[in-house]
Amino acid sequence: MMDASDMHQLTLTQIARGLADKAFSAEELTHALLARIERLDPQLNSFITLTPEQALAQARAADARRADGETGALLGAPIAHKDLFCTEGVLTTCGSKILHNFVSPYDATVVEQLASAGAVSLGKLNMDEFAMGSANESSHYGPVKNPWDLTRVPGGSSGGSAAAVAARLIPAATGTDTGGSIRQPAALTGLTGIKPTYGRVSRWGMIAYASSLDQGGPLARTAEDCALMLGAMAGFDPKDSTSVDQPVDDYLATLNKPLTGLRIGLPKEYFGEGLDGAIAEKVLAVVEELKTLGATIKDISLPNMQHAIPAYYVIAPAEASSNLSRFDGVRFGYRCENPADLTDLYKRSRAEGFGDEVKRRIMVGTYALSAGYYDAYYLKAQRIRRLIKSDFVSAFEEVDLILGPTTPNLAWKLGEKNADPVSAYLEDIYTITANLAGIPGLSMPAGFIDGLPVGVQLLAPYFQEGRLLNVAHQYQQVTDWHLRAPAGF
Amino acid sequence: MALERSEVEKIAHLARLGLNEADLPRTTETLNTILGLIDRMQAVDTDGIEPLAHPLETTQRLRADRVTETNRREAYQAVAPAVQDGLYLVPKVIE
Amino acid sequence: MQWETVIGLEIHAQLSTQSKIFSGSATTFGAEPNTQASLVDLGMPGTLPVLNAEAVRMACKFGLAIDAEIAEKNVFARKNYFYPDLPKGYQTSQMDHPIVGKGHLDITLEDGTTRRIGITRAHLEEDAGKSLHEDFHGMSGIDLNRAGTPLLEIVSEPDIRSAKEAVAYVKAIHALVRYLGICDGNMAEGSLRCDCNVSVRPKGQEAFGTRAEIKNVNSFRFIEKAINHEVRRQIELIEDGGTVVQETRLYDPNTDQTKAMRSKEEANDYRYFPCPDLLPVVIEQSFLDEVRASLPELPGQKRERFEREFGLSTYDASVLSASREMADYFEQVNATCSDAKLAANWVMGELSSLLNKEGLDIEQSPVSAEQLGGMILRIKDNTISGKIAKMVFEAMAAGEGSADAIIEKKGLKQVTDAGAIEKMLDEVLAANAEQVEQYRASDEAKRGKMFGFFVGQAMKASKGKANPGQVNELLKKKLEG
Repeated sequence: MMDASDMHQLTLTQIARGLADKAFSAEELTHALLARIERLDPQLNSFITLTPEQALAQARAADARRADGETGALLGAPIAHKDLFCTEGVLTTCGSKILHNFVSPYDATVVEQLASAGAVSLGKLNMDEFAMGSANESSHYGPVKNPWDLTRVPGGSSGGSAAAVAARLIPAATGTDTGGSIRQPAALTGLTGIKPTYGRVSRWGMIAYASSLDQGGPLARTAEDCALMLGAMAGFDPKDSTSVDQPVDDYLATLNKPLTGLRIGLPKEYFGEGLDGAIAEKVLAVVEELKTLGATIKDISLPNMQHAIPAYYVIAPAEASSNLSRFDGVRFGYRCENPADLTDLYKRSRAEGFGDEVKRRIMVGTYALSAGYYDAYYLKAQRIRRLIKSDFVSAFEEVDLILGPTTPNLAWKLGEKNADPVSAYLEDIYTITANLAGIPGLSMPAGFIDGLPVGVQLLAPYFQEGRLLNVAHQYQQVTDWHLRAPAGF
Repeated sequence: MALERSEVEKIAHLARLGLNEADLPRTTETLNTILGLIDRMQAVDTDGIEPLAHPLETTQRLRADRVTETNRREAYQAVAPAVQDGLYLVPKVIE
Repeated sequence: MQWETVIGLEIHAQLSTQSKIFSGSATTFGAEPNTQASLVDLGMPGTLPVLNAEAVRMACKFGLAIDAEIAEKNVFARKNYFYPDLPKGYQTSQMDHPIVGKGHLDITLEDGTTRRIGITRAHLEEDAGKSLHEDFHGMSGIDLNRAGTPLLEIVSEPDIRSAKEAVAYVKAIHALVRYLGICDGNMAEGSLRCDCNVSVRPKGQEAFGTRAEIKNVNSFRFIEKAINHEVRRQIELIEDGGTVVQETRLYDPNTDQTKAMRSKEEANDYRYFPCPDLLPVVIEQSFLDEVRASLPELPGQKRERFEREFGLSTYDASVLSASREMADYFEQVNATCSDAKLAANWVMGELSSLLNKEGLDIEQSPVSAEQLGGMILRIKDNTISGKIAKMVFEAMAAGEGSADAIIEKKGLKQVTDAGAIEKMLDEVLAANAEQVEQYRASDEAKRGKMFGFFVGQAMKASKGKANPGQVNELLKKKLEG
């Protein structure tokens, strides 16, 4: 039997092997990780809710299923969900005061699928309020700290997911990515994270920020673990009209495909002004490594990339302003004390229940959709969206994969960008184009600068998640950045 | 184009967000900074470009007309702030 | 000054699907509050809509029936506003790309003239819930059972020129949706609701006046009264030097007044944008062909056929085709008796007043179409007179069986034996010898009226059973002789 004090070191893939070999039980593993979370999470604040009893019950059920002869890589695997996936009977806050008391009456499809694969959910992970943020500082439940440097942010909005996995509290977590919310925190905490093609993972039960951009996906230490998670999360869901009815590829089966002949495009716009020079070096080092693995490199251009941020900050807030209207203090969630009348009920419940960043984006979105401004803002942004999509479509006629930095900067200090929200918005520059176009993107560790992780981003054509995971896995066979653990964890 | 204080108040009302009088100048300033960022779009030539509403340009799937839901009022109202006789309560609605 | 009224109507028809437009909840009317409100209907966080195929099919049926263009691609949009009966804070509706485009509907007025009313568009949307204002300690109670019920909003052109035309148009839409089987038309339960946009302008002026919208009028009678009241109000206002303001008003049937709605005072800015949770709906030509093939004979087509085949007047034909049930009944009566004119007279006359009096729909008629047809057969073969037929009809209505059984049981068979009639007439003339003298002394002009007296006496004496034709003929002979 394996020593409980080492179990947290295991990747999902190693856990699967350990459980299959009966090196330990799911229940033992769950106990060990729950204890570790209790001990270490107070420094990080990565969990909003821990569900030890449910977790142990699920773990015992997984052990029983295995005893009955069932196999399956996720059977008994401990994970946790970003707190915007609805979990029946468990608090689901979306990082907001307005849902401080919302015990969901139903499960998200992603939650259901992972549970039926046998995954054990340990709890709900902290996040930027309503997934709006790049630093995980807008949560009503307090900021999350980066395990690599507790004075720095872990990125956002899936900051709790990233911090918990990076700190080895759990081997993998769910996240969501609307403008980079999986890839950016993965980059800032040294993880692998994938945002699938829009429509690949069901949005049923995933509380919406911007419906046409949101997509769920996993964060884990390795590409192989991401493949394992994504295989269980992805799939057609008749409850989501935007879900795509197309079989899910066997991501594990293609992980070991050689990269010979793979054409990688380097967009010149990703290496221009605004990129930290040291990060650029790390990214180019990855390119060199991939060349030795057989890839060929081509310089390409995505000329409309620079317009992505303004377009995104119209489309996302516009959709959000409407999506968040249901939080009105009537059927669920926070309601202000003693409302004088209906308008007062709405205005105070929402003003007291939402944080500043959420209110800002609701206001921006409301303005962009309001009479007289719709064409100049919303339609204009949608036209730019098409230009951005067209850039990718043309680029993918010449290359199989696009590579660049995930973020222009390393993890910044807590509070550093609070005064100027726009400076934080600019951090999304490399990630949001994939959301606007709907293509899949992956971030993987590419080394360290001053002890802080650097991420490299891979983008692929629609439904080519398998290709992204394959390239990341091959890279991770010849490098060990993804195996490094932050000191103290 | 900069927002005036009165426009901010109007937007907040449309969005049913109570505004704190003291925060109004700061809110107005922040919104104007964001709108400044957004206004960079106006320089892009988008003549003749069709707006793109969904990344995947697919079409709506239709559901068969079948009743699949059962009464779960009790579970759904367990999270409600105020209910009586199965109804959600709100301050008096004026027509 | 001469004023002209301009009316445009927005009719909301609840589509009679089994389940809601975006969820699998039942749409049954009258369930306990919030027992038919699912996660989607309640706007629970994380829930998503999936479109009901039947709602799309029903909208297409309507579009084809009004000869409208069905958009190959239609798009759902969100109409954003806060109201407690609107759980998501937006109504999923259609704005720039409705499913049904421009069409038209012909209406028949009481004088038999026909007018064509343009229909601008019809679009799919979800219904809202209901606010109940009974006292919950100063609070309102919200029932979301109705939230998400599919609606087809049918918008007319401002082609309507009077309250009567408005009612005729609503009745025609009502008939059409029921013919198509897409709406039960129950106005009392709110299945068909009407918003009336009313304005006035000096006769001859081209530009429209400022309009007021009267919301949610829920009966044919109230539509007429509400419009008439609103027209009067606007004319008086203008003639007194005032101006009409664009606003939403409510009609109160108790006071027969319209009054401005307080809650809608502020100018709304609905911030419509395409719903990102729904994709464009594509209508294939093959689907439309299939829907077209499934269309029943429509009221207009039926009316024309009734005129053509049966020689009925436009007005009679339009009354009889006004509802599918009425038309089916009429056709069954006609099939039994093979006399369309008599069938039409009886259905529109005695039967309609009976149903009116009893407050019954034609499907609930105590006299079946076969019974009525059977009775008309007896009129045609002279077994009974029209007058006796009324007695037979009443007996049938009281559940006393078929016409033949009633005639037999009550001995109502008409007397056609000339000898018997002569004998009876002789007795009548003998009993009224004085009047006979006077008749014979009078000139031709006066005789007409006096002749009626003898007919009356004769029919009375025969208890109405004597054949009126024979009575006339024989009486004339005897008096002249």
